[in-house]
Amino acid sequence: MWKFLLPFAAFVALVVLFAFGLNPSRDIHALPSPLIGKPAPAFTLTDLLEPSRPVSNETLKGQVYVLNVFATWCVPCREEHAALLAISQQHVVPIIGLNWKDQRESAKQWLAQLGNPYQAVAFDGDGRAAIDWGVYGAPETYLVDGQGRVIFKFISPMTQQEWDREFMPRIAAARRGGA
Amino acid sequence: MSRPAARLPVITAMLAFVLLGFMGGAAFPAAVEGVDANGQLEDHALQTRFERIASELRCLVCQNETIADSNADLAVDLRQQVREMLIAGKSDDAIFDFMTNRYGEFVRFKPPLELKTAFIWGAPFIMLLLGGFIVYRVVRHRSGMPVDDEPATGPGTN
Repeated sequence: MWKFLLPFAAFVALVVLFAFGLNPSRDIHALPSPLIGKPAPAFTLTDLLEPSRPVSNETLKGQVYVLNVFATWCVPCREEHAALLAISQQHVVPIIGLNWKDQRESAKQWLAQLGNPYQAVAFDGDGRAAIDWGVYGAPETYLVDGQGRVIFKFISPMTQQEWDREFMPRIAAARRGGA
Repeated sequence: MSRPAARLPVITAMLAFVLLGFMGGAAFPAAVEGVDANGQLEDHALQTRFERIASELRCLVCQNETIADSNADLAVDLRQQVREMLIAGKSDDAIFDFMTNRYGEFVRFKPPLELKTAFIWGAPFIMLLLGGFIVYRVVRHRSGMPVDDEPATGPGTN
């Protein structure tokens, strides 16, 4: 009995392991954010377009908002830009930009050329705010709820489909929860 | 006749070269790894702690490297962060907590021994015990079998 059962159990265990481990749709480089459910790290930086004006996420308290990390050196950021523009035109939530380790001039030029989907862009030239948010690549997009908690982190170029699938239900749930 | 004598300096030089290589590697590991692109910390004890901490934090961009080994932009920034926290008098634990709170447990290149990570640390020993047990079973099983070195009996055996 054992002679049959033991190899069979080992085989089943391997199948389960491989089904998880070799699943092609699992991104092995994607890391779960420890920030989920925690208060969004506060930042006060300067406005990309108007360096004399501070941009802080404190002023957004009580609102559901999206923080999008981008840079002009980031190729996939350019790829998602059109989708971000379209999404911003749907006026669902404010989209705040975090311009990560970039040159102010090139970022300004980029927005002037491609259009500006952001309600405000915080300029994080030395990447300190990004470290607080656990940013390790760009683009990254965070969703913050009305209580100021990070509820979702999205780590690939935004598309309208991903927005509808991943963000819209969470925004709706956050609004129900916050009301 | 004078050949062996002529060779001696060459051999000595080669030996010295190899030895120096080893010593160089041991004496200046930082220089080899490029840890200090942003400059050494003045306090020697702090610098030692810095090198140890940096070699235990994972670079999130190139995930199989430590931030001590990596030249990714983020690794440079994180090294700077570690340096500043050391200068500010933060403890090693405070620095590891700072990183873990932002990047998750994955940032620890060498996971701390906790209940959660006990399996990772214990797995090699479990494997060793399992392998030992299998060897024991096989050996015991075989020792009960008849000796297998009698000459083949007749044609057709294979």
